[in-house]
Amino acid sequence: MSNILVVAEHQNGKLRKVSLATVAFAKEAAKATGGQVYVAIIGHNIGAAVAEVAKGGADKVFFEDNAVFASYLAETYAPAIVKIAETSGSTLICGPSSTFGKDLLPRIAGKLNAGMVSDAIAVWNDGGLKFKRPLWAGNVITTVEVTTPSKVVTVRTTEFEALPESGPCPTEAVVTGVAAVENAQFVSFDQVKSERPELTDAAVIVAGGRGLKSAENFGMVAELADLLRGAVGASRAAVDSGYAPNDWQIGQTGKVVAPDLYFAVAISGAIQHLAGMKGSKCIVAINKDPEAPIFQVADYGLVADAFQAVPELTQKLKAAGIGA
Amino acid sequence: MKILTTVKRVTDPDMKVKLKSDGTGIVTDNVEYKMNSFDEYGVEEAIRLKDKHGGEVIVVSVGTADSATQIRTALAMGADRGIIVETGANLDSDAVARLLAEVVKKEAPDIIIMGKQSVDSDRNQTGQLLAAYLDYPQATFAYSLEVADGWASVGREVDGGTSTKRVKLPAVITADLRLNEPRYASLPGIMKAKKKQLDTLTPDDLGVDVTERVKVLVYEAPDERKAGRIVASVDELITVLRNEAKAI
Repeated sequence: MSNILVVAEHQNGKLRKVSLATVAFAKEAAKATGGQVYVAIIGHNIGAAVAEVAKGGADKVFFEDNAVFASYLAETYAPAIVKIAETSGSTLICGPSSTFGKDLLPRIAGKLNAGMVSDAIAVWNDGGLKFKRPLWAGNVITTVEVTTPSKVVTVRTTEFEALPESGPCPTEAVVTGVAAVENAQFVSFDQVKSERPELTDAAVIVAGGRGLKSAENFGMVAELADLLRGAVGASRAAVDSGYAPNDWQIGQTGKVVAPDLYFAVAISGAIQHLAGMKGSKCIVAINKDPEAPIFQVADYGLVADAFQAVPELTQKLKAAGIGA
Repeated sequence: MKILTTVKRVTDPDMKVKLKSDGTGIVTDNVEYKMNSFDEYGVEEAIRLKDKHGGEVIVVSVGTADSATQIRTALAMGADRGIIVETGANLDSDAVARLLAEVVKKEAPDIIIMGKQSVDSDRNQTGQLLAAYLDYPQATFAYSLEVADGWASVGREVDGGTSTKRVKLPAVITADLRLNEPRYASLPGIMKAKKKQLDTLTPDDLGVDVTERVKVLVYEAPDERKAGRIVASVDELITVLRNEAKAI
């Protein structure tokens, strides 16, 4: 029997929600392949993350809590996951399509001689296991099959909703025997400090573009986001111009998001930006250029100067008692 | 210092791709091709490393004979010589990585710098797979790179912020968007590039079976969003968001 292994992601022992969406994908895949859904999670002082992921709907969690894994390195994590995959009889290994998953999963695929699918948005079985994935900045969707016995997949987690919390599944401590490496060192992680929800989890996102003209002007975007308890995003042009940190970038090469409500403020709507947000439920575009391509995907467009319209919107929402 | 960098010939990213009606691929008539944007950052960084530490920049592409155009562009920017691994086969990232691994074994560079993903297939795998096959350390999504004493110190763009990793050379680095500002090829650069060495290899020369491990069965268009409507004022926007979209 071949099983499915989910590589769970955590940051300093805090489980990332993308891990639970990846479990949901794995459950979907299990309908097509049969077999058990396992989770592998490794790190140091990860008790809370192990307990949380055990409630995500998997059949079993394998974990190794070891100082060797205190900081993430593909060079130590990949052989450890490969070992867990082999001992658990898992032939489909999946992880979130986050920077962690994108860095790690191909290295696992190489070690397993497995074909790999990036950014899976669907999985099913019709005379073989099939996946759908977007490419060309989301302008083309392909159906693919993997011909190797082991298969590796990163999952576009916005397409899969975490399952309702269930009673915890069994957990098992494992010893992979992976030692520290001599040729790679983790130095530091500089986290963007924020009280706001993560972009990939937020129900509301307010994103700004180069049209905002400065980092200070992102303040009005942030104010609207905070009122709606949302996250702040940015276009590549705004990040390149230094108005916003890289972690805020939405698009083909940044984050892919799908909130209930997305405000695009002073964003023209290049193909590469649309690739990251056109799955949002409701899109509002505020731009002074009526020809801006963003209006072609927006549910509601307001042709206006953002510097006037955004503060007015925030103020009137507050006056109407909407938001925080 | 011997530096190996890679370039991929891709469709112009600012052009809207058109699908063939039978779902077997995209329409390639009248399509313009460019060097993959992320590879431009990789080539630029390779040239800057050479300028600082001396040595040689080798630029490699895998694909049809037309990929020579993108190699010449990199040579015109300042790379020293090129290698094209010529094949008309459909390639997955895995085949490209295994071909590159053989080139690396022949050339034995100190460092390999690649784009983090290609803007056509969007897979973001080849650099990591290459590192896996060579058992080299990897530093992906680089926004900064410093090389000293046989180690590379790499600033990486990651979810939640930035991170710094050190890798012992030889290593694979993949470039993110803010690594540098790629230069344009100068006219003298373009003239010089024509005379630079460009060798051709084939998968057979390298002993690599390029049969796909990931087969594409169907190409189709995504569900398109329909354009909505224009509202006249902030007040109307609030009304429709509340009453129609029920989004606030």
